[in-house]
Amino acid sequence: MNTIRNFMLRLLFIAVLLALWEAAVKLLEVPAFLLPTPSAIGVALYRGTISGLYQENIGITLTETALGFVFGSAGGLLLGTGIALSRRFDYFMSPIIVMFQAMPKVALAPLIIVWFGLGMTSKVVNAALVCFFPLMINTIVGLRSADEDRISLMRSLAASPWQIFVMLRIPNALPYIFAGLEIAMIFALIGAIVGEFVGAQAGLGMLIQSMNFTMDVAGQFSILLILSVVGLLLNMSVTLVRKRLLFWDPASRQAGIKPDKL
Amino acid sequence: MDAPQTPVMGGEMIAVRQLTKRFGSAGAPVLALSDIDFSVNEGELVVVVGPSGCGKSTLLRILAGLMPSSEGQAFLGGTPIAGPRRDIGVVFQSPVLFPWRSVLKNALLPADVQRLDREKLRDRAMALLKLVGLEGFEHRYPWELSGGMQQRVALVRALIHDPALLLMDEPFGALDAMTREQMNQELQRIWMERRKTVLFITHSIGEAVYLADRVLVMTPRPGRIADILKIDLPRPRGLDVMNTPAFGAYVKRIRTGLNASGGIE
Repeated sequence: MNTIRNFMLRLLFIAVLLALWEAAVKLLEVPAFLLPTPSAIGVALYRGTISGLYQENIGITLTETALGFVFGSAGGLLLGTGIALSRRFDYFMSPIIVMFQAMPKVALAPLIIVWFGLGMTSKVVNAALVCFFPLMINTIVGLRSADEDRISLMRSLAASPWQIFVMLRIPNALPYIFAGLEIAMIFALIGAIVGEFVGAQAGLGMLIQSMNFTMDVAGQFSILLILSVVGLLLNMSVTLVRKRLLFWDPASRQAGIKPDKL
Repeated sequence: MDAPQTPVMGGEMIAVRQLTKRFGSAGAPVLALSDIDFSVNEGELVVVVGPSGCGKSTLLRILAGLMPSSEGQAFLGGTPIAGPRRDIGVVFQSPVLFPWRSVLKNALLPADVQRLDREKLRDRAMALLKLVGLEGFEHRYPWELSGGMQQRVALVRALIHDPALLLMDEPFGALDAMTREQMNQELQRIWMERRKTVLFITHSIGEAVYLADRVLVMTPRPGRIADILKIDLPRPRGLDVMNTPAFGAYVKRIRTGLNASGGIE
């Protein structure tokens, strides 16, 4: 399937689609504030890039996403580990967690802006909150899913619970944790953008908002394009680490993003 | 280690005395093992044969210290088995390898758990891997091996810390018939070379007679020992021993014993 010829056909297919789009908008005289032409989007992308406006805001959104990802994932990992290890902890935490989990975390964004201000902190908190749960859940499931036979083997060797945890449960949980990290990476980006929508002084989400007010639809499209590329690269970076680290996991030897509900 | 041609039996390695195991609630207990009584001598290869559900795996789990008995005691080298011990090697029905560890590292798992001298055991692991025909596979990963090869790695892992006793729970049950016969031959060879005390569990009568110095025949619900018989066939036994009248007579006697107790429908 993945031959050079097919690859060229794929490019051609995309080019034809863009040409059709361009032609349709011009022939049907669709107003630019409803649907811009691909060429207008290209121009917007070019202008935003040479002025340095896009790079600056990409940097800000990426920083928020990365910090949110790190804090949120670390929190999810720690709390998930605590819950997986201690029945008592699980018992007292689970009602709170279930309640929080059912709530759409992005709905907290306006409150978080009130609490943490219009700057970067509120976006980091928002991103961290959104990517916290997938990681926590996957950590719990991963740590608890160690095979009974493998536990028996470790016990038959007179292994301590700590040794079973380090030598069996943690490596066993890694595929689950990485699946969680892949989701969390994308979630963090969503969290950062939503935070910027609600109130921000910079970032790609803020740019989309301000372009919306000035009816710069071509500009908005150009940023959507940037966001999808950024999302793809972020996901690929996690996938790359996973494939290196989890070469032994059957799922890691195949390509593909694990789908999850948003 | 020198390998004497005729088994030199030492003292009593395993002693099981009036062992009983019940499962379930106190109100409606299920009797899994009832009044089990036997011994295994040092250097002896004893096979427990019985149909599924006769509690033979439960017996092995008690001996491995993974499960307490309800009544009675099991002794290893004179001391009661109260929990997992470092001088026992266990081979389970499935290889139970860790996919993130290479063949060599899987074999060295007991060394890591018991914090033994890794350098010394590394050489030992290499020698054992060679003994089971896995030379050159040390740095491969479990998923790259066939089922038979994986079970050989499990065998090496069970032997690596030089345990006094090897417990084997239907280790070749998941393999195809031909690989299984080959593994039985190899087990006999390794046993003759290393002279470990082995307690081997199977539901195959042929496998039991082929391997054993003595066969314990178990019947189900509750698991009891119906018969103990000594297998007097010269070693090393080739696969053709299965065609001899003596072999056939042992098989017949075990089968009759199981049938009489309703073990085989």
